[in-house]
Amino acid sequence: MGADYLWSYASVAVVGLLGVALAAGMMGLNRFLRPSRPTREKLLTYESGVDPVGTGWAQSNVRYFVYAYLYVIFAVDAVFLFPWATVFAQIGWAAAVEMAVFLGFIALGLVYAWRKGVLTWT
Amino acid sequence: MIHPLLVSASAPPPIDSPTIQYGDLSPLLVVAAVALLGVMVEAFAPRALRFTIQTALAIGGIVVALAATVWVGLGLDRASGDVLARGRVVAEGAVAVDGPSVFMWGLVLLFALVSMLLFAERRLEGGLSAFTGQAAAPPGSAMEREAVEHRIEHTEVFPLAMFALVGMMLFPAANDLLTMFVALEVLSLPLYLLCGLARRRRLLSQESAMKYFLLGAFSSAFFAYGIALVYGFAGGFGLGDIDQAVSNRIDGQNLLLAGIALMAVGVMFKVGAVPFHAWTPDVYQGAPTAVTAFMAAGTKVAAFGAMLRLFFVAFGGASWDWRPMFWVVAILTMVVGAVAAVTQSDVKRMLAYSSIAHAGFILVGVTGAFVGTRDASVTSVSSVLFYLTVYGFSTIGAFAIVTIVRDASGETTQLSRWAGLGRESPLVAGAFALFMLAFAGIPLTSGFIGKWAVFSAAWSGGAWPLVVVAVLASVVAASFYVRVIVTMFFTEPTGEGPSVAVPSMATTAVIVVAVVVTVLLGVVPGPVLDLAQSAGAFVR
Amino acid sequence: MTAPTDLLLATEQAPDALAPVAASGVFVLIAVMILVPLVSSALLVLGDGPRFDLADKRGHLLGTAASLASFVIGVVLFVTLLGRDAGDRSIEQNLFAWIHVGGFQVDMTFLYDPLSALFVLLITGVGTLIHVYSIGYMEHDPRRRRFFGFLNLFIAAMLTLVLAGDYLVLFLGWEGVGLASYLLIGFWQHKQSAAVAAKKAFVVNRVGDVGLALAIMLMFAQLGTTSFVGVAEGIEQVSSGTATALGLLLLLGACGKSAQVPLQSWLLDAMEGPTPVSALIHAATMVTAGVYLVVRSNFIYEGTEAARTAVVVVGLVTLIAGAWIGCAKDDIKKALAGSTMSQIGYMMLAAGLGPAGYAYAIFHLITHGFFKANMFLGAGSVMHGMDDEVDMRRYGGLARLMPLTFGTFAMGYLAIIGFPGFSGFFSKDRIIEAAFAENVFVGIAAALGAGVTAFYMTRLMIMTFLSSRRWKENAHPHESPAVMTAPLVVLAVASVLGGFLVLGGWISDWLTPVTGYETHELAVPAWVFSVGITVLVAIGVAVAWATYGRRDVPSTAPEKVSFVTRAGRRDLYGDAVNEAVLMRPGDQATRGLAVFDRIGVDGAVRAVTGGIGATSSLLRRAQTGFVRSYSLTIFGGALIVLVAVLAVNLA
Repeated sequence: MGADYLWSYASVAVVGLLGVALAAGMMGLNRFLRPSRPTREKLLTYESGVDPVGTGWAQSNVRYFVYAYLYVIFAVDAVFLFPWATVFAQIGWAAAVEMAVFLGFIALGLVYAWRKGVLTWT
Repeated sequence: MIHPLLVSASAPPPIDSPTIQYGDLSPLLVVAAVALLGVMVEAFAPRALRFTIQTALAIGGIVVALAATVWVGLGLDRASGDVLARGRVVAEGAVAVDGPSVFMWGLVLLFALVSMLLFAERRLEGGLSAFTGQAAAPPGSAMEREAVEHRIEHTEVFPLAMFALVGMMLFPAANDLLTMFVALEVLSLPLYLLCGLARRRRLLSQESAMKYFLLGAFSSAFFAYGIALVYGFAGGFGLGDIDQAVSNRIDGQNLLLAGIALMAVGVMFKVGAVPFHAWTPDVYQGAPTAVTAFMAAGTKVAAFGAMLRLFFVAFGGASWDWRPMFWVVAILTMVVGAVAAVTQSDVKRMLAYSSIAHAGFILVGVTGAFVGTRDASVTSVSSVLFYLTVYGFSTIGAFAIVTIVRDASGETTQLSRWAGLGRESPLVAGAFALFMLAFAGIPLTSGFIGKWAVFSAAWSGGAWPLVVVAVLASVVAASFYVRVIVTMFFTEPTGEGPSVAVPSMATTAVIVVAVVVTVLLGVVPGPVLDLAQSAGAFVR
Repeated sequence: MTAPTDLLLATEQAPDALAPVAASGVFVLIAVMILVPLVSSALLVLGDGPRFDLADKRGHLLGTAASLASFVIGVVLFVTLLGRDAGDRSIEQNLFAWIHVGGFQVDMTFLYDPLSALFVLLITGVGTLIHVYSIGYMEHDPRRRRFFGFLNLFIAAMLTLVLAGDYLVLFLGWEGVGLASYLLIGFWQHKQSAAVAAKKAFVVNRVGDVGLALAIMLMFAQLGTTSFVGVAEGIEQVSSGTATALGLLLLLGACGKSAQVPLQSWLLDAMEGPTPVSALIHAATMVTAGVYLVVRSNFIYEGTEAARTAVVVVGLVTLIAGAWIGCAKDDIKKALAGSTMSQIGYMMLAAGLGPAGYAYAIFHLITHGFFKANMFLGAGSVMHGMDDEVDMRRYGGLARLMPLTFGTFAMGYLAIIGFPGFSGFFSKDRIIEAAFAENVFVGIAAALGAGVTAFYMTRLMIMTFLSSRRWKENAHPHESPAVMTAPLVVLAVASVLGGFLVLGGWISDWLTPVTGYETHELAVPAWVFSVGITVLVAIGVAVAWATYGRRDVPSTAPEKVSFVTRAGRRDLYGDAVNEAVLMRPGDQATRGLAVFDRIGVDGAVRAVTGGIGATSSLLRRAQTGFVRSYSLTIFGGALIVLVAVLAVNLA
């Protein structure tokens, strides 16, 4: 522990620094070599070729967030399922039941979301 | 040479099946189950029946959980060790089921029970609850009016409160830092939401929810960072492991001290200690009053419980390092709370500042860090537990009265509009005056015994200058409690006086219970004080 | 032959009174004495609403009966106590364990011993008379029933205070009387000044309560007990520093409750309450609780010379300040209030003298209770007849129209100035004698105080009952009804005869088991003092007569005043003091007491409250409502916490 322990992070720091230096160097080089003749069109925000409208701040539909939440819940759920799968056989039925309880909680949330009509987009 | 970590990764160590003591955790599990059932009720029960079902479910669940708590409490065994402690650590070291845990479970369950009665009050708003009908509808919109017309109600408040209750029960019982953090979030998130659901003055309510959420997230970040630093120091999350590391420490001091400080910020935010108190008045004022009552009583118990466990068990060996910081915070909290309350003109804000001052008084007891000697007497833990009991009941009673003093636009929280309440309704004003006297610590009310207990524990722990400051602060505090009484009884009302709405049995019952407890704990505090004392110390 | 000797010694030493025996027989009524007025009070205050119409008409009778019942029990107990041996006169009644934690226990204990027995008689006796008087005085008040409820509450709380066997139980009564006093001062809530005065009394009293609370906390920490018996046993083991701290803290408490400098300011304002309240609470009983506390805590003061000296100084300063104020007031009740302060100063002074003075402090307390209650009720009777006029400059020549009031008032007057044969003569003389034995300068100051007392009381008599009529138009002075004058007569008789308690040294013998007793050595025979003091009193009366009696008293206080001479007792001088003292009562008188200055002086209190208000507004402004500034506070707070923790480690 102590000083030695922290020193072992030095290589991480060096890699990090190298990474930043590399990116900064390339961007900087680019900046030096390219001509710079800005016009209004060039400075506009790129929106797939369509003229941008409104300001940069815009509201997006709250439903996107709900979908994002639901996705994140299931992603996290998977993180637990993989290690569980490797030891499930050793532990036996208790593991199966407890994982079922865990999945049950998440399913409950999904059922609630479904009944509240979150999953239909109208 | 191959790194040892890589070796172990190639052959995973066997994972033992964890043993969970379901019996010991039954109170928590019951409440959690009720919360989940509540979600299902929302999903499947017809709208007309939901309110009734949810109320019955919540209250029934709490009663069952209370019974389970009593059962667990009776079964606690004496733990080994030189101080009196009962109970054991369960669930693979995640939860400590010991005397203080069980006491606090019982306490928050009781607070939740009376708060649920306030939640269930529907008579004051013409048959609708005090929560907004449709939180998604912008205030003042056609959608909102429509919701009122169709008599739509958000019955989700009950499951939300139950989830918060789970957090409140888990937070003080958590025996490792990760469980503690999870409990903190489980306790906080539903409360943020509940704060924004007021039926009247919705913008104020939503603003308060937003503020509470942002600042709460901010303080949680401090707490999490503190956990990381402490883990870096101790190499473990368990409070027992940390205790050992702290006791055997030779180096790595700064990591530990910074961790202690940052974790302190997290819990002190939750109890509303100065300088982490700024959210309290705004949130107390904006939130629906029933939620404020629940939050004020319940969160204080949970947060002080966690604070005690964290600092007495995990950081007990470093008490000389953290006590001076607690001194500073305790003094600041008492002084700012008491002084700032003097000029408040809104009853709910006044009660908020009063809660800050009370947090300061409780901190005095914590700072004493008095673990008790063989023959004596009130320890820091038991005195704080007792104070939380008396404070919680008086606070819920006071907020319950706030809900029934009304005019055409809802609750009248302007203090000046309370003038002449003593004439309008002597019983209600008398009850409120009683709570004020209890807050001021007048003998024969519960507040006196509470103050006496924490102050004497602190004095026995050697913090007597702090006690002197505390007594002086309570003098300042007494002056504004008296001001409320003067306003109610001795001031002529300007214009049309206040009116007291007739509530349903639920709110009446809450006020009666609070009055009875406030008087009873002042006259015969013995049994409850004894119970707090016999809860003993924390297990490790 | 050893055994009989021991026995003899045991009786002679006046066995330790603080070894009380459990209550049995008639003494189980001790708690009932408190319970009766308490229950009656609850009935009277809470029994509200239209259905209790009967209670409105008869409520005052219930209240009076409750007080009378307590008095009867008090008399029965007192007689029973008289019949006991001196060694057995301490009875303890333990109701239940109030606070019980681990090894620490506070019982709801009552201690009935010679000291509390006297107080019980005073409180319930004078209390009952004042109940009777109030029936007449409050007759036209629509809230009379509630008034009696508060009076009963006061009686119950005051009895709890003097019967407590434990400091924490005493504190309970202490706060209880504070609450009752608060409710009663502010009883006429329609008067803004009354509400303000009530609040001021409450807050200033809380400052005193801080002292008592800290003293109890200190006992708990140092001795592990708060019962009288336990503290008396344990106090010998603690350091003298602790004893001094205890003594000073208790003194602070006593100052608050007894309106002693520097916490005196509330008493004058408290005169906003109805006059029976002033008589009962702010003259006869509650304000003497501080004296009771000091005398009761004699075992603490025994071990600390410093604290005793502080008690003497406080008593002396208040004695002079009170007399000074008494000279200056034109409001009859405030003049009497100044006099009350001054007389309590005498008691404090005596209590500070230790065993030589305790008995006389209590003796003066009792006689004062009689004659001051008498005079306050007399003043109330005058106000009753004069349409609630309180300005003495608007009185004059009332002796003929209110013969009974005048006659009874005169008895009180003769008693307070110490006219030979009247009660005050005996009680005050003893204190001044004891003061001389202690310290000549203290004695001289106390004796001069007696002269000043004679001056201002004579002034009051002349301005009210004699001299020319200076009534306002449409004033029709008349004698009060019999229900008011009867208590006056009883109290007047008591004022005259109260002095006989001292005959044969009865009072000091009676109190010896509680307080101990030692005679003081005097350089000259006692009669020399009596004569000397009587001469001083005569001078005081003469000067007052010369100033007020021979000239017409202006019906408005003279505006132009000159501060000519220090020894002067002329009209102008009194008014100058009035101007100076009225604004900030006691401010000047307390400059010397730097220790207490900070906390107590009226001006300082005002400054502190003002300061709190200002700070509060400042803090309020910090509450901007912006999350960004809140989170900045949290961030700053986190830095403070971090620095606080790390700094300790570095230090």
